[in-house]
Amino acid sequence: MKRDVFQAIADPTRRAILLLIAAQALTPNALAEEFDISRQAVSKHIKILNECELLEQQKVGREIFYQLKIDKMKEIDQWLEQFRQLWEDRFNQLDELLITIKNKQHGK
Amino acid sequence: MESKTKTNFIVNKENNTLTIKRNFNANRQLVWDCYTKSEYLEKWFAPKPLTAKTKEMDFKVGGHWLYAMIEPNGTEHWGRTDFTEIQPIDYYKSLDGFCDENGKLNPNMPRAKWHVTFKDLNQQSQVETVVTYNSLQDLETVIQMGMEAGLNSTLERLDELLVSLTK
Repeated sequence: MKRDVFQAIADPTRRAILLLIAAQALTPNALAEEFDISRQAVSKHIKILNECELLEQQKVGREIFYQLKIDKMKEIDQWLEQFRQLWEDRFNQLDELLITIKNKQHGK
Repeated sequence: MESKTKTNFIVNKENNTLTIKRNFNANRQLVWDCYTKSEYLEKWFAPKPLTAKTKEMDFKVGGHWLYAMIEPNGTEHWGRTDFTEIQPIDYYKSLDGFCDENGKLNPNMPRAKWHVTFKDLNQQSQVETVVTYNSLQDLETVIQMGMEAGLNSTLERLDELLVSLTK
């Protein structure tokens, strides 16, 4: 199944994980200690984040550290920017319409 | 592309809301009319190069606006806005949705709640639109559909449009 960044941030635990690993690289164990849920549940969220390609893995000795791939998170903002521009375009059309109506009302 | 924008656009990823604020150079009654009368809505609601046409409009609680957004090649995308609360000329609330040309809602497409508020602001009017989606994925589904409907060309034309409007 193809996943994307939106599935990653759809869940509050995953958002919290993203915040934690944005600040510093953490091992799965260290991450699990931050939450009241089971280690298995945390691993499941890590798996999803990994499938969303949001995690960078570093092996130090026998331990794996996870860190956030910042570039991938930027996709969300780029996508929202497109939506913002759609509204901008709509409102510019409304500006034009208001001018047209006002001119008509003033008998121009 | 970074242009000076007049629209304040805030995304709250936790609540799945978009808050869009914009001032218009007209009195509140006129802006209200542009949002609530189909003959005006048709002139601005569809982002270029799409155009909008109305099949049914009954602006009252329990009524709806049934409209199509039409691509330059003639493909129609039908939408329906159900009005749930109206307080002229202060605010209205509605529920949007995708449907067929008879207004039958597509159950596979998400619906969003709209709360649109109108205020006087000096000589201008301010409109605040809060759109609430059930999830951020819902929002993404809506955007992707919009993009497929040819909105990409809108983005290419936007710079051009902004220049012509600020002349």
